[in-house]
Amino acid sequence: MELDCRDLLCPMPIIELARHLSDVEVGRLLAVVARDVAARTDVPAWCRMRGQEYVGEDTADDGAPRYVVRRLS
Amino acid sequence: MTNASGQPGVPVPVYLDTASSEPLHPAARAALLAAIDQGYADPRRLHRPARSARLLLDNAREVVADCLGVRADEVTFTASGTDAVHRGLLGLLAGRTRVGSKLVHSAVEHSAVLYAAAWAETVRAVPVPVDPLGRVAVDDLVAAASDPGVAVAAVQSANHEVGTLQPVAEIAAALPDVPLFVDACASAGRLPLPQGWAAAAASAHKWGGPAGVGLLLVRKGARWRNPFPRDDRIDERGAGFENVPAALGAAAALQAVVAERDEVNARQSALIDAVRTAAAAIPDTEVVGDPTDRLPHLVTFSCLYVDGEALVHALDRRGFGVASGSACTASTLTPSHVLEAMGALTHGNVRVSLSRDTSAAETEAFLSVLPGVVREIRAEVGL
Repeated sequence: MELDCRDLLCPMPIIELARHLSDVEVGRLLAVVARDVAARTDVPAWCRMRGQEYVGEDTADDGAPRYVVRRLS
Repeated sequence: MTNASGQPGVPVPVYLDTASSEPLHPAARAALLAAIDQGYADPRRLHRPARSARLLLDNAREVVADCLGVRADEVTFTASGTDAVHRGLLGLLAGRTRVGSKLVHSAVEHSAVLYAAAWAETVRAVPVPVDPLGRVAVDDLVAAASDPGVAVAAVQSANHEVGTLQPVAEIAAALPDVPLFVDACASAGRLPLPQGWAAAAASAHKWGGPAGVGLLLVRKGARWRNPFPRDDRIDERGAGFENVPAALGAAAALQAVVAERDEVNARQSALIDAVRTAAAAIPDTEVVGDPTDRLPHLVTFSCLYVDGEALVHALDRRGFGVASGSACTASTLTPSHVLEAMGALTHGNVRVSLSRDTSAAETEAFLSVLPGVVREIRAEVGL
């Protein structure tokens, strides 16, 4: 599952991530696409603080940064 | 502090942003006012008013040197801390052009260091990562500085945003033959100057002196070349007409702060411990920076799902002035490079810094409103 947060400023991408975590099963991946540079630091920080796994960064089809998270709980 | 609101029934604002600028120390006010009438003339001239100004300036230099444990001829008064950083850093780089053009620095240096390096087109900056507490490792810094072509290493005495102290003396002892620039703006006066620098910088309004006074320290024998146009002033390392009264005010404040610091630091450090504990108890809030090996007067924490600017405004409405390293606004789109380098949450960030007379009642009042403010902002986004 992928959240389109391309045009959202911080902290909205992280808020969307928190809102939609329960949309995926435990063990499955959730991705946030965000152009806001704060997401690069804040998605891994959110994972650390909330006990989720930060899988890594890749890019969406249009080249926008995409941050992938695995739901652990 | 005076009641800035000036209206009956409106609470006196509690100023918790001294890391941006400390209120003027009473000792600085007295010295500054006295010197304004005495120190107006050009200290280079030979007439009596000039000699009077020169005496005040030399006196200020002696006092500063004594407080910092340096030689008087190592002290230059500059127009600001930033100016001192620019002159100190670029002057060391200019003295080493034959060796190389690389500047090795911790990733959490003040932006004055980063911008100075970017401005010097021939200089290549090599940032060295920090740990999650914001501290650069001695081995990492020294290894990077041992590469060929490294002209200068730059390490701050303490971090201005999160308070973590840097191992400056250990780095200086282990560095190969590379001069060290130390930005001591965050700690000068509050803590002794670390040893081992070739040049260092400090800023008077961070310790309760007037704004517009910086200190450039250049170690006797260090290879330093003026990176800017020269000026025919008393001190060849500076430029422009010296602000003699402000220099004297800065020196008087420094003297008072150094004399009081054992007592003030202990009191502030205990209050900061209390703020750290209370902030950490707010759900989804992370207190950043070293809990013990830190500046006595400041703490930074970040709250998940909270817009840093909204948090600053909400606290301001309740009478508390704090700073934020967040970029959750349309005007500044990059978050704090310090928090970024530490891997700390960059949004919902607040820095609390105490003045010399901040009371326990004031920090308790702040801590009594903080959880509710965070809760309200989160409620607005449904979290």
